[in-house]
Amino acid sequence: MKRKPNKIDEAGETLIEEINKTEQEEAPQKRSIWRVISIPVLAILTGLIIGAILIAATSTTVYAAFEESLWVGLGTAFQEIYRAYEALFTGAIGDPVRIINALRSGEERAIRSAFNPFLESLVQTTPYIFAGLAVALGFRSGLFNIGVEGQLFIGAACATFVGYAVTGLPWIIHMPLAFIAGALGGAFWGFIPGLLKATTGGHEVINTIMMNWIAFRLTEWLLSGPMNRPGSDGMPLSPIIERSAQIPQFFQTPIRFHLGFFFALGFAWLVWWLLFKTKWGLNLRTAGANPRAARYAGLNVTKSFMIGMALSGALAGLAGAVQILAVNRSMALGLSSGYGFDSIALALIGNNHPLGVVLASLLFGVLRNGATRMMVVSRIPIDIIDVLQAIILMFVAAPAIIRSIYRLRKPKHEEETVFVSGWGGGQT
Amino acid sequence: MTNSTQTIEHRRIYEISPTRKLVVGISELLIAVVILFAFILNTAPGTLTRFVMTPGGISIGTMADWIIPTLPTLIILFVLSTVIGIYQLLRGFGRATNGMVGLCGLFLIFSFITWQAGGRSVNLAGMLTSAVLLAVPITMGAFSGILSERAGVINIAIEGMMLMASMVGAVIGSITNSAWIGLLAAVISGLILSLIHGVLSIKYKINQIISGTVINIFSAGLTGFLSQTYLYTDQTLNNPPMFTRIPIPGLASIPLVGPMFFNTNVFVYMMFFFLIVIQVALFSTRWGLRLRSVGEHPRAADTLGINVIRTRYVAVLLSGIVAGIAGGFFTLGSVGRFNEGMTAGKGFIGLAAMIFGNWRPMGALGAGFIFGFADAIGSRLMLLGSGIPPQIMAMSPYIITMIVLAGFIGKGDMPAADGEPYGKNRFL
Repeated sequence: MKRKPNKIDEAGETLIEEINKTEQEEAPQKRSIWRVISIPVLAILTGLIIGAILIAATSTTVYAAFEESLWVGLGTAFQEIYRAYEALFTGAIGDPVRIINALRSGEERAIRSAFNPFLESLVQTTPYIFAGLAVALGFRSGLFNIGVEGQLFIGAACATFVGYAVTGLPWIIHMPLAFIAGALGGAFWGFIPGLLKATTGGHEVINTIMMNWIAFRLTEWLLSGPMNRPGSDGMPLSPIIERSAQIPQFFQTPIRFHLGFFFALGFAWLVWWLLFKTKWGLNLRTAGANPRAARYAGLNVTKSFMIGMALSGALAGLAGAVQILAVNRSMALGLSSGYGFDSIALALIGNNHPLGVVLASLLFGVLRNGATRMMVVSRIPIDIIDVLQAIILMFVAAPAIIRSIYRLRKPKHEEETVFVSGWGGGQT
Repeated sequence: MTNSTQTIEHRRIYEISPTRKLVVGISELLIAVVILFAFILNTAPGTLTRFVMTPGGISIGTMADWIIPTLPTLIILFVLSTVIGIYQLLRGFGRATNGMVGLCGLFLIFSFITWQAGGRSVNLAGMLTSAVLLAVPITMGAFSGILSERAGVINIAIEGMMLMASMVGAVIGSITNSAWIGLLAAVISGLILSLIHGVLSIKYKINQIISGTVINIFSAGLTGFLSQTYLYTDQTLNNPPMFTRIPIPGLASIPLVGPMFFNTNVFVYMMFFFLIVIQVALFSTRWGLRLRSVGEHPRAADTLGINVIRTRYVAVLLSGIVAGIAGGFFTLGSVGRFNEGMTAGKGFIGLAAMIFGNWRPMGALGAGFIFGFADAIGSRLMLLGSGIPPQIMAMSPYIITMIVLAGFIGKGDMPAADGEPYGKNRFL
């Protein structure tokens, strides 16, 4: 094929601008804050209401009270719900009375432990941010990365390996090295489905699901074989990483708040800058939004898919790496509490925007951390968080339901953010 | 594509591209090379392999042990796959290409077992019998996928439906002390979840993969929540009666085949029942033609007076019924109690089996058997004390799926409108 580079490139540039211009024009210019956040906020509210019903409906004390009379039953139900959600709140944010008392007393240790619930929520938030960014970046480049869980495991395994096998390096080199190893592991795991999509058209959804299971088996084997901790009696457990590879925690042991949280915020900014402020990110988004038009405009869509998938995998790998290097310090099979599927919810609730993802991650981190306390106080299993997350995701993905519940007006322009069709890959 | 092989049969055109012919031929030769170098060269002459041909605990349909010389068997298998590979490269098998790849795969597996069991004995019949049972949830999951995807609705929620159904089946079965009522309840729970999937993806037109993810997260959360709230404290709720082995008079006493297919669980009979029903209903009735036309080209189907929305609802609900039966198998047909997360990804492997089997019931059954067999080999090899870690063996179904998806089925028979929501006023 003969190409006249200048002309075609120029034409391509205009076409890309054209595509993105129409995209922007379609979105209403004066989007008030309420417009953007109303659906997620109402979805969360509805999720909490349904969760409350579930709490009341599974409590034996509530049933006993209902046998007495309807009003006693209702009263007890509200009491139970209040007790549970109060525990959720104090477990996630902290007890206001205790915080005030601690601040009054001025004792440093008291202040720290009073703020610990909130700091612990931030610890829980950190891997969510990375995982959510991974899915959001994938969606922006037209890819449905359902394989975050597997990429996270591989990333964590790589980070762990570098963390304990490499010795004698100073902190300033070793820690970033382990961190980057996590990113590379995840990137590799994400790159394979990207490559398969680009070359054979095999849909990334089914391939990433398969890669998830391969990753689980692989880490299981690694942890019980080559990476096994000596003296662990065959338990799938890795050695503890070197001190020089650890991401530092700011305070003493009960408080786990660590530097990784700021890494996560930094990466959120980086992803935002990359996607929305560079020409390169523009190409990625263009290829994602309309692969056919992008190809027509002279973009290398194949390459864009591969890069998108690898970057997404790298972020997922970092989610695993940060958890290992900052919190767990060694790898076991129970590493992830389902970050893979949660991250899809995060990306959607955050509207595939890095800032939205950070906020959604804060919400999930707060919920999960608070639920631990709720489990202690009210004996409500932590799995209720999964139910809440599923309901919130459902309402965010189907705003029409929320609108019909709360009688909201339909916006003039429905935004479509995700474009995924059949298994064969819709890019041709 | 000028010199590609074309065979016209049953008015369908089978086209095999030259690259594919080459790739298939080379992989068949690779299998031959593996047999030669990995197995033949590592076997001492004069070794005998002993296959026990009666599974344990069976009194009818017994058969004498089967003793074969290891080395000559391996050499025969090597020669056969070499011949097939060379013929494929020179002439090509046309329509039988995929079948020949499958045959070579079988040769590889059989020679692997023969080599592993050289000088020892292995219960081949037991392995095959457990493979059939392990194939049940995978195949039924694939059937469930076929039903909804043929009508153009991706059902990634099979995993969640199966998980929910397995718990509901166990609980209701325990309460009523009847396996059949338990199964009915399992089916109803699958039906309810599929109704949610249908409403979200057909009525509200949210992305079908996201709607499926909602159901998967929801099921995992709710089953975990309920089993921790109730099943941990009250074991009588988790002790359902199980379906016992039902021998079919006459057929059950056939050696090998009898114990495998005719003296087994009612779920195996149901699997074959559904195979026939789905095959006939989808491909030989007017109803099936209409359903498939909705999956291929909903607009055209609509123009011809087919109610697209209703057809899709029916398909998704049927899919939920089949997934419910598959879920019931775990608690009522296999384990006898509910454990958290007990479906362990079988629903996703079912999806893979559906793709592997080219969206056809017969193909799905074959793929289900392959996956079930891989599982069975994995667990048996552990008993044999093989050098290959069981986790590595357990990866093979996923790797095979990815290879098949990438190279062998190509685009396959995927319904053209799979994953696309349908609305009358969309101008696409």
